[in-house]
Amino acid sequence: MSTAPENGFVVFDRVQKSYDGETLVVKDLNLSIGKGEFLTMLGPSGSGKTTCLMMLAGFETATHGEILLDGKPINNIPPHKRGIGMVFQNYALFPHMTVAENLAFPLEVRKLGKSEREAKVKRALEMVQMGDFGGRRPTQLSGGQQQRIALARALVFEPELVLMDEPLGALDKQLREHMQFEITNLAHSLGITTVYVTHDQTEALTMSDHVAVFDDGRIQQLAPPDLLYEKPENSFVAQFIGENNTLTGVVKEIREGRAIVQLDGGELIDAMPVNVSKAGERTKVSIRPERVEFNKDRLSPDALTLKAEVMEFIYMGDIFRTRLRVAGRDDFIIKTRNAPDQRRLKPGEMIEIGWLAEDCRALDA
Amino acid sequence: MSDASQAGPVLAADGTPLKKSLQRALRAQKLRALALIAPLLIFILVTFVGPIADMLFRSVENAIVSETLPRTVVALEDWDHEAGEAPSEDVYRMMTYDMVTAAELKTHTRLGSRLNYETTGISSMFRKTGRRVDDFGEEYTDQFVALNPAWEEPATWVALMAASTDPFAISPAAEQALPETASIYADFAKTIADTKGDSVTEEEPWHPVYLALYTDLIANPDAASAFSGESAALISAAAAAVPTFEVTTTKDLFVKADKGWTDPEVWGTIKAFTPEYTSGYFLASVDLKKSPDGIESLPEDRQIYMLLFKRTLFMSLMIMGSCVILGYPIAFLLANLPMRTSNLLMILVLLPFWTSLLVRTSAWKILLQQQGVINDILVWIGLVDDADRLVMINNQFGTIVAMTHILLPFMILPLYSVMKTIPPYYVRAAKSLGATNWVAFWRVYFPQSVPGIGAGCILVFILAIGYYITPELVGGTTGTFISNRIAYHISSSLNWGLAAALGTILLAVVLILYWVYDKIVGIDNVSLG
Ligand SMILES: Nc1ncnc2c1ncn2[C@@H]1O[C@H](COP(=O)(O)OP(=O)(O)OP(=O)(O)O)[C@@H](O)[C@H]1O
Ligand SMILES: [Mg+2]
Repeated sequence: MSTAPENGFVVFDRVQKSYDGETLVVKDLNLSIGKGEFLTMLGPSGSGKTTCLMMLAGFETATHGEILLDGKPINNIPPHKRGIGMVFQNYALFPHMTVAENLAFPLEVRKLGKSEREAKVKRALEMVQMGDFGGRRPTQLSGGQQQRIALARALVFEPELVLMDEPLGALDKQLREHMQFEITNLAHSLGITTVYVTHDQTEALTMSDHVAVFDDGRIQQLAPPDLLYEKPENSFVAQFIGENNTLTGVVKEIREGRAIVQLDGGELIDAMPVNVSKAGERTKVSIRPERVEFNKDRLSPDALTLKAEVMEFIYMGDIFRTRLRVAGRDDFIIKTRNAPDQRRLKPGEMIEIGWLAEDCRALDA
Repeated sequence: MSDASQAGPVLAADGTPLKKSLQRALRAQKLRALALIAPLLIFILVTFVGPIADMLFRSVENAIVSETLPRTVVALEDWDHEAGEAPSEDVYRMMTYDMVTAAELKTHTRLGSRLNYETTGISSMFRKTGRRVDDFGEEYTDQFVALNPAWEEPATWVALMAASTDPFAISPAAEQALPETASIYADFAKTIADTKGDSVTEEEPWHPVYLALYTDLIANPDAASAFSGESAALISAAAAAVPTFEVTTTKDLFVKADKGWTDPEVWGTIKAFTPEYTSGYFLASVDLKKSPDGIESLPEDRQIYMLLFKRTLFMSLMIMGSCVILGYPIAFLLANLPMRTSNLLMILVLLPFWTSLLVRTSAWKILLQQQGVINDILVWIGLVDDADRLVMINNQFGTIVAMTHILLPFMILPLYSVMKTIPPYYVRAAKSLGATNWVAFWRVYFPQSVPGIGAGCILVFILAIGYYITPELVGGTTGTFISNRIAYHISSSLNWGLAAALGTILLAVVLILYWVYDKIVGIDNVSLG
């Protein structure tokens, strides 16, 4: 999971954090972020994402461990000397300054000349397509506009590292998608290293080079979005990212990289052993709804199948979502593409379902 | 609801126009709202707004001169102060009539004190003259009685003057033939009825009534023709005799009572304060004086009010400034500490509210006096010599210290509540943008706390400018406020008009400052959180 520290631009090395001296909010965090990389921290509320960001920005100190920036430890450097751009969840645009003054602020404190300042502010405003808004007050801007100004302000002094804490949390869906695109574009075109915090998984998957899934003060998995989705390393990640069917059971045997799992109802299924190593272990198997197959012709002849009863058929336009009763549970979902030859299942119908063994992952119980 | 789509005004379900029925619905709501605030509104109007308006009205009200001296005021109209001479005998005679009535009613001393605010000495003149004025005209009484003892009889006078006795009414004939006598006799009748419950049928008239009779008969020797019977005979006999009467001028009588009555200045003052409304109190409040020759400033040694106003403003500003300087860091700490600690600190801030104002002020007395705790400590550590201990109380310094302490919570609370609403992420954002602690505070935090400073300053300043108890107790002579002077005029000198004028000016100053503040800072920039 953790790359060798010397390779990273930002490195968390065995970092721990406790606010009250009783519980650890961040437990043994190891993370390395390459230069120019877009890393997203994803996790449920209270999992310590903001805390990590604040430690990196210098507003909280790590209780234990070291944070390195460009190879140098920064634990003792005060926030204003770290040169890290930051976009806050609520933008934190100074309400008593105009947009242009907000943008000029970091340049002023760096004692840049007036003409240089103005040129940079203008460029930054144009970069976020807000060139005409310099004279306005933040309160006179819409949420999306404020967001862009906050972004421009974090970038105007050309930091090498930008931190963003749920910057799109307050925006509506459409604007959020638009801004996701703009942010990734900007970050990549400027070659800035970005640490992005969100608890919206779609946002994490669409924007990032790497996603770090946080839970309980630890990184549960650090991987590119596709691996994260397709190859979750534990059941928390599998359930947290995307829609997922979970079945519980016991490993019966592992052979040739394939595990036979006996479900609690006695049925046998094929799975790919990820977090299980020997027969007799309890496991949660995870299978994505779109990887379930009910057309016998498409399954390999020796594949194990399960009997299923169709409970509900939901037409969703591009896809069909069908709820089944499988192995005693009636929350098993399958998704099928709306293609001309696609069969539309009817409630009450009895079918048999199966999957490729590598799509079904036997994870920790 | 098809009718809504028809042309013309939109109708409600019962057919009345929608606008009207909306209004009716809202009226009920408004009445209900009014009913809710009515008790407080009435209470405030009756116990607060009314009395204050009445009080402020006193600053210009001046009916006392024209009410007490109605005849004199009319007679003085023709007198010209510029000539520098005392007025004519007529004025003195009218003054006699007015004065005797006033003296019987005991209103002359009030008028005396009122005019004394304008020209010193008048009060004692009125008092002295008031004691003697009922003897003015005694010679005439004697001469009329010598002529005919019937003049001593109340019944004679009643027959002559009265149309009816209960209630008393003057007869038209008397009014026509003997106008001055009728007028003073009417006053006499009313006065004895009011003060003693007596009737004219039992009381011998005042001496000045005989003076009036004499004057009328000299002016109108033919007065008897208006009367009939015994009265006519009496009058015609008297009219025949008066030219031979021994004459004393009322002016001499006045001068005998007090020499001041020859002074044109005194008469000028009476004339200047004839109008029912006066700017005199306001002029006095700014050390000016309305003299008969126009407005002039008081002699240097009697100018106190401007000094007091300036001092009040200066000290209020000092107190306000010290409150900002002392209160800001405390409010900052309160707003940024963890809840538990800040609650504890808050109790300390509020503690002064739970102790009596007098106790706190007296505590400062004990601390600051020359044999007090602070001086003792300074002497003990050798900073101050025992011989010349610091004077820290009964002067401006003491007042500023004590009042800063008392008013500090009024600065801290609005500051705190505003600071509490400034989210910590602004300062963090500033720091992440490269600002040092100081720059982040000064450029980002401070401007956002300005509304709190504004609210605190207004609160403290306005409270300070009208403060009374503390300056009274620890102010000595150099640390008193204008409010102490107002209190003095309300309760000791009883010059309520001046007190009202001073109060009105104070109110105006506050309003003007408020307006200036609004212009410069903007009242929207004041927030209590
Ligand atoms: N200043 C603080 N003092 C004490 N505890 C804190 C403080 N800030 C955060 N915590 C605790 O630390 C844990 C992690 O908080 P953090 O803000 O890092 O969560 P997060 O992952 O950012 O959550 P969210 O997605 O809701 O923003 C939480 O349990 C929170 O209660
Ligand atoms: Mg957070």
